[in-house]
This record gives sequence, C-alpha cells and structure tokens, in this order.
Amino acid sequence: MQPILKVENLRAGIEGKEILKGINLTVNPGEVHAIMGPNGSGKSTFSGVLAGDPRFTVLGGSAVLDGTQLLDLPPETRSHAGLFLSFQYPVEIPGVTMVNFMRAAVNAKRKYLNEDPLSAAEFLKLMRQKRAIVELDNKLASRSVNEGFSGGEKKRNEIFQMAMLEPKLSILDETDSGLDIDALRIVAGGVNKLRTDRNATIVITHYQRLLDYIRPDFVHILYKGRIVYSGGPELALELEEKGYDWIKEQVGE
Amino acid sequence: MAEKENTPPINGEYKYGFTSDIPTDYIPHGLSEEVVRMISEKKGEPQWLLDFRLEAYRYWKTLEMPRWAHLDIPPIDYQDIIYYAAPKQKKAPGSLDEVDPALLDTFNRLGIPLEEQKALSGMAVDAVMDSVSVKTTHREKLAELGIIFCSFSEAVKQYPDLVRKYLGKVVSYRDNFFAALNSAVFSDGSFVYIPKGVRCPMELSTYFRINASGTGQFERTLIVADDDAYVSYLEGCTAPMRDENQLHAAIVEIIVEERAEVKYSTVQNWYAGDAEGRGGVYNFVTKRGLCRGDYSKLYWTQVETGSAITWKYPSCILKGEGSVGEFYSVAVTNNRQQADTGTKMIHIGRNSRSTIVSKGISAGHSQNSYRGLVKVAPGADGVRNYTQCDSLLLSDTCGAHTFPYIDVQNPSAIVEHEATTSKISEDQIFYCNQRGIPTEEAVGLIVNGYAKEVMNKLPMEFAVEAQKLLSITLENSVG
Repeated sequence: MQPILKVENLRAGIEGKEILKGINLTVNPGEVHAIMGPNGSGKSTFSGVLAGDPRFTVLGGSAVLDGTQLLDLPPETRSHAGLFLSFQYPVEIPGVTMVNFMRAAVNAKRKYLNEDPLSAAEFLKLMRQKRAIVELDNKLASRSVNEGFSGGEKKRNEIFQMAMLEPKLSILDETDSGLDIDALRIVAGGVNKLRTDRNATIVITHYQRLLDYIRPDFVHILYKGRIVYSGGPELALELEEKGYDWIKEQVGE
Repeated sequence: MAEKENTPPINGEYKYGFTSDIPTDYIPHGLSEEVVRMISEKKGEPQWLLDFRLEAYRYWKTLEMPRWAHLDIPPIDYQDIIYYAAPKQKKAPGSLDEVDPALLDTFNRLGIPLEEQKALSGMAVDAVMDSVSVKTTHREKLAELGIIFCSFSEAVKQYPDLVRKYLGKVVSYRDNFFAALNSAVFSDGSFVYIPKGVRCPMELSTYFRINASGTGQFERTLIVADDDAYVSYLEGCTAPMRDENQLHAAIVEIIVEERAEVKYSTVQNWYAGDAEGRGGVYNFVTKRGLCRGDYSKLYWTQVETGSAITWKYPSCILKGEGSVGEFYSVAVTNNRQQADTGTKMIHIGRNSRSTIVSKGISAGHSQNSYRGLVKVAPGADGVRNYTQCDSLLLSDTCGAHTFPYIDVQNPSAIVEHEATTSKISEDQIFYCNQRGIPTEEAVGLIVNGYAKEVMNKLPMEFAVEAQKLLSITLENSVG
C-alpha cells in the first residue's frame, strides 16, 4: 500500500533560522494523525512547508504525496495533487465572492486533471451539496471570501472548501483555535463526514479538546523541530494531564 | 494628397495590436491655418464651423502644454503629427456594400460586427477609424423614436442648428490646451440627441480605432439628453502596437436637461507601450457634462487600462437644483504607464449631490494619480459629496498619489473624503495558490474584487470584457 504522505528528514527554516530539524512521518490512507506540541515547536512551519508557503525555505529532506514529490512544486500544483491546508488564520479577500473563488479553485484543479470546467449549474449544485456538510449558510457563500466572517464561520468555511476540493491529504492547522463548543462540533463533524479509507488527515493542535471530536489513530509530539514522541490516542490524554513540561523532562531538559 | 505605408506593429501580448492594410487618405504633417482649413474643407463644413476651428487654432497657438499633472510627458512635436487620416472611400458609404471589406474585417476582429444582421442586438454602434466614422448601426430603429445617433460630421450636415446650439457650450475651446487643439482639428466622433421624454431602448456605443501611423486622433462627442430623456452610452478604444507615440486628444460634451439621465461608460484600452515604455498612446482627453436641468443626473464610469500616458478628468457641472453627478473609476497602470485622472464636481445648484469612487491599481514602474476637485458655489445650499479614493499597489517600484482639492464656499455643504492605500499581500496570493489558483489568476481575482464596486456600474456587455482586461493588463506584474 502506498502511503498518502511520506516525509523523510525534512529540514526547513525561515529567514536563515532552522526550525524543522529533520521530520519523519508516514501517513497511510484512512488514517488521522494528530501533531501536538508547545508554541514555537514548528507545527505551523511543518504545515506551511508541506503546502509550499513561500515564507519558508526547505533546507533538506523530502516529502512525497501519493507518489508525487512535493517540495519542488509550486503551491497550486501541490493543491491539484491533493493537498489541502485549513489555515489557522484564513485570509480575507475583499470583493471576491466565495462562489467565484471556489469556482476558480475547482476549475483550476479540473484543468490540471484535463477535465472540462464545470458549468455554472453543475458548480452551484456541488456547492449546495458540500455546504450542507458544515451547515454553511447560503448567504455566506455569496459574501466575499472570509470578509467579516466570525471566527467560527471562517473555520467552517475552510472545511467547506476542503469538501469542495476533495483532497487526498488535509492538514488542519489549529482549526480549533477561536472556536466555541458548537462551532467545534460542526467543524469536527464536517471533517469526520469527509473521512474515507482513501484519504487522510493531519490535525495540528495544541489541545486534546479537538481530538475528542476527531479521533486520531496516531499522536505525534513535535518539540524543537523534531517529532520526539509518537503513540496512540492515549498519548494526547497523557499530555493533557501532565502538560508539556513532561515532554521536556522526557527529552532530558 | 500623400499616401504612405503604415509602420508595422511590434510584437507583444496586446490583443488588439494588429494593423489593417487599408488605403488611407492623409493630409501632410503639421498644423497650420491651412491644415485647419483643409480639414474643414474635406468635411464640407459650413463657414461658422470653420470660424470656430480657426478661433480655436489661433487661441491654441498662444498656449503652452499644461505641466501641472503628475506626469512626465516627453516633448511632443505638434508639427510632426498628421491631423487627418481617413480610410479611402470613394464617397460616404450609403450602404455597407460600399464599405471596404478590410474595414469591416477590422471591426469584426475587434468584436464589433457592423453588418445590420449581425450587429450586436441591444446596442447601436458608431465605428470610428482614425479620423472618420465608418458606420453607425441601428440608426433607422432609433430614428423611429426621434433619437439621433450618427457621426459628428453627418450631424453637422443634417442637424446644423442642434450642433451649433450645443458645440463648445460645455467645453469651450478656451478650456485648456488640448481642448483648443481638438476644437481646431477635430475630425469625427459621435452625436447623440435624445428627445424629450424618450428612454433610449438600447445602449449607444462608439468604438474608436486608431489604425494609421504617425497620426493623432481628435474626436468629438456631443450628447444631448432633453427633458426626461435617458441614455446609456459606451465608449471603447484600441490602437495598433507601435514604437511611436500617438496622440489622442478628444472632447466629450454632455448636456443633461430637466430630470434627464445620462450614463457614460468608457473602457479605455489604447495601446499602452511595451514593458520598457516604448510607444503607446498619449490619451489627453477633456470630458465634461453639464447637468443643466433640475434633477438631472450624469454618471461617469471609466475603466482605464491602456495608454502610455492618461490625462483625463470626466467632470460634472451640477447646475440644476437637486442634480446628481457620479464618477466611478478604475485606473490600472503597469510597466511604465502613467495616469493622472479623476474628476471635478462643480456644485452650483441647490441640493445637488455627487459621489466619487476612484480605484487606482498600480504595478511595475508605473505612476498612478487621482486628482479631483469638489467645488461648492456660494449659492449652492444643501450640497452633499462623498468621495472614496483607494489605491492598490502591486509592486515596490510603482507610485500611487492622491491630489484631492476641496473648495467649499457654502457652509451648509457636507463633503466627505475617504482614502485608503493597500498592497496585495503575499498571504492572499498564497491562500489562493493553496486552493489551486495560480498566481496570475489570483491577482486577477483579487484586483477584480477590489474594483468590483466600479465594475458593477458598467453595463453587462462591458463588464465581462472589462474584467478580463484588468487581469490581462496585470499579467506578470506580481512575482
């Protein structure tokens, strides 16, 4: 079985400072991996580097998505190849409606796959179906991308986009931050509905809370740019109980 | 009569940059009283119009080119310009069969079919190439309603009283250097008259095309909307790509009578020059409307993407009580383009209102300025103005400037001015990229989103084209 994601000895940094110091991670189809860790451990750098955020520089190693070498590709091609990043801080694009934005995104991917663009009718039908997954209001879809959305609406909107693009690998970067319990339930519910045995999810989070709703198969602890601990879902609970200082002790600080 | 070869166009991405091989009548280079007389004679004009031209010419000779705009204009040799160039036709074409097929083909390639059967429904077009109008579509249908829509030259012949009554009444030849020049040598353009109480059932449109090289285009448009009339008018323009600069100095005059309403929309796509700033059209245009009647309304909408240098301030004189002037503008500059554009809202009538929404987009090494005047006369009670002036920067090497002038002489006026400057952020581009949208397309989306408020004011037929144009103009501008 080919893994969905295979990361080997990935090193990366920003402005000359090395942040990821050799990450190894294999994610197989159908799996949910949680990556936890204290602030500044490199969690968001990891998701940014995989997605091709130009702020980061890759210093070494490799990342393969379902057979495709990611690190040399522009971010849009990584997206077409099946990578989706749910942003910690979704970006506002004034004046661009969600409908136009998503149509551009869906049709760009179809073009990459040598498929004809969707007609307006087909596209709107697809939007209607996918909106239901995260209970996204129709009005939100006709508003400008993320502009004036509440924190919860922004995160629901991210999962809605994930539903539209049907990625092989979804990375949820701190999707639980800024969510109240109802929004968290809806967002997590959406993610669970989109799980199949052919795709996979990486959940980046600070807290155990989200993992009550999205059950991970594996939990990894990222600390100072390395995965220092991997285990099953019980690791997240242990971490919640003992705090990150416990990790520091484990790695001998 | 000289006949000469057009210089070939240079290569590039500008879709309308082709030249048409059409036999053309030229008059010799340069400007003199003799040339003015020659143009007038060629057009078979009455004495009063020749006198008007000559007065303008003599006045122009006393003037110097204005230097106050934030523009770096290379010296222009006015004696090196050909002031009249016309596609050769044996006589004024009575029917399309008599029009040179190469001419029809040119307009077909521009997306403006002139054959009546193929003509765009819902839109009447006056097609102007170089100095003359080639054809006006849907004329008979409009005539049934008493609407006059024809070339300016024809209007002089058929409706001399109307033309004489309104010509130069809004933009006097004494207005400025380019207005004087135009008044002396103007060749053709469109004339529109909407009679009392008539709503024009279709969009009226003039398409301006420069084809000949070494020439300038000096057209004149006159629109009169009588009491309770309504018209929506569109203007489009393109030119071949050439190494040389070509001068376009037009005048648009609009008169809006009681309760009448005029919408004037422009998509300006003259050739902008190449990436190093060689070639391109100098677009020095005076556009002004007089809201003479009470409760009259005039709306200017412009999307300015072309031209090497733009100097243009479509304005409203709000004389009627409760009259309304609105100005919506998107001005895009890329590479070495320069634009100094904006509006003047002159409030004379009581309770007159104006709105200004200007969106500047600058990329490359371009310079983009908004220049606007809001003036409230002492007797104009209860005036309101709202101005919003935004600039979007796409590079670190471009410039965006705002020059708002506010002159309020009546204490009851409420004048608001808002201004913002922003940059397309890397975050926005990356967000689009992550969703699979390549950078060029992302820039197009973001820019169109930014300009949406103005684009929404364009008639449907133009909006789609204008959106594409914005994206194309900014290709390769971020990266």
